[in-house]
Amino acid sequence: MTRALAPSLLDLIGSTPLVELPRLSPKPAVRLYAKLEGQNPTGSIKDRVAKAMIEAAEASGELEPGRPLLEPTSGNTGISLALVAKLRGYPLTCVMPANVTEERRRLLALYGAQIVDSPPEEGSNGAVRLALELAERDPSFFMPFQYANTANPQAHFDGTGAEIAAVLDRVDVLVAGLGTGGTLMGAGARLRESFPELVVAAAEPLPGDEVMGLRSLADGYVPPILDVSRLDRKLLVSNSESVAGLRLLLEREGIFAGVSSGAVIHATLRLAEELDEGIVVCVLADGGWKYLSAAFWESDDVGAAMERSVWW
Amino acid sequence: MAAVRIPPTLRAEVGGLRELDARGETVGALIDDLVERYPPLAGQLYADGELASFVNVYLGGEDIRTLDGLDTPVDHGETVILLPAMAGGA
Repeated sequence: MTRALAPSLLDLIGSTPLVELPRLSPKPAVRLYAKLEGQNPTGSIKDRVAKAMIEAAEASGELEPGRPLLEPTSGNTGISLALVAKLRGYPLTCVMPANVTEERRRLLALYGAQIVDSPPEEGSNGAVRLALELAERDPSFFMPFQYANTANPQAHFDGTGAEIAAVLDRVDVLVAGLGTGGTLMGAGARLRESFPELVVAAAEPLPGDEVMGLRSLADGYVPPILDVSRLDRKLLVSNSESVAGLRLLLEREGIFAGVSSGAVIHATLRLAEELDEGIVVCVLADGGWKYLSAAFWESDDVGAAMERSVWW
Repeated sequence: MAAVRIPPTLRAEVGGLRELDARGETVGALIDDLVERYPPLAGQLYADGELASFVNVYLGGEDIRTLDGLDTPVDHGETVILLPAMAGGA
């Protein structure tokens, strides 16, 4: 796609670069490639999802002009929706855990979104719960609801996955962070069409005790769009492992990425070690900018410093 | 023998402990050992005789649902982590 002249910022969503990571590869016969989703207009992969969800709702007639939007988010989807909502003329309210980084709150506010805080100790589950309650109480809201909206994985099937398949002749492993499951389900399904032996691997965060404040396990939440049986690997990554991955990515390859990308790199290296040869593609969901205020870039004891916040 | 890490939501059922040792050759056997010692855990961990969908169990940092489920063999000294299923950041 030529980018000489774009009619709208929304036309610049997707078609992100795929770059090789030769300095991170554990052995020459294993090649690593990273999809740089931080290069989307608002700086994260969620631009794809926000645009797809709004366009699908407009096409179906569910979303009339000017109708207010409501969405639970830990930041990125909210910021992406804020851009789409601004350009398409919808007011936006985001429900977000109170303990996300300040950059995310400021960005959302600057884009003009309203922010409703959900209890910090409930993590992302709390934002989902509160948003569902608010939507039920006020039916004038339209809630795209990324956790259950099939336009989310579809955006990764048509975009993220198709873009990777278009430039590589072989992919053995796809690694992405697990949030809603949209990237893994959508890009995984598309890449399996081209590469049937593909291993789809999720990197998921080990949350700190203080953001797991559920009353019981029965309050747990599995996103409706996530089908765990379609994942081949599901790896838990601690905060300190994520930060180690982030620092390595910056030091070796000069890529300044967000916390989930650190987890993805940790998982990518673990899986790459298991291969004798092959191609591993990892999806780096955002850049490091929205985490710049965090202490972990320099701190040696990252674990304790990260326990109280929601990072993805 | 393996160490089992207990999430905050289950600590009341095990006397407030964060980590317990359990015996068993498989993940399922380890959990059965825990449930025998702390019977209230059964209602939280199992639904219809299966691992409840809102519970994630990890061995060596990998979800047992992408290994062999409750039949996944456990070596001596490995760590099992129990976690509630949580909405991912997004």
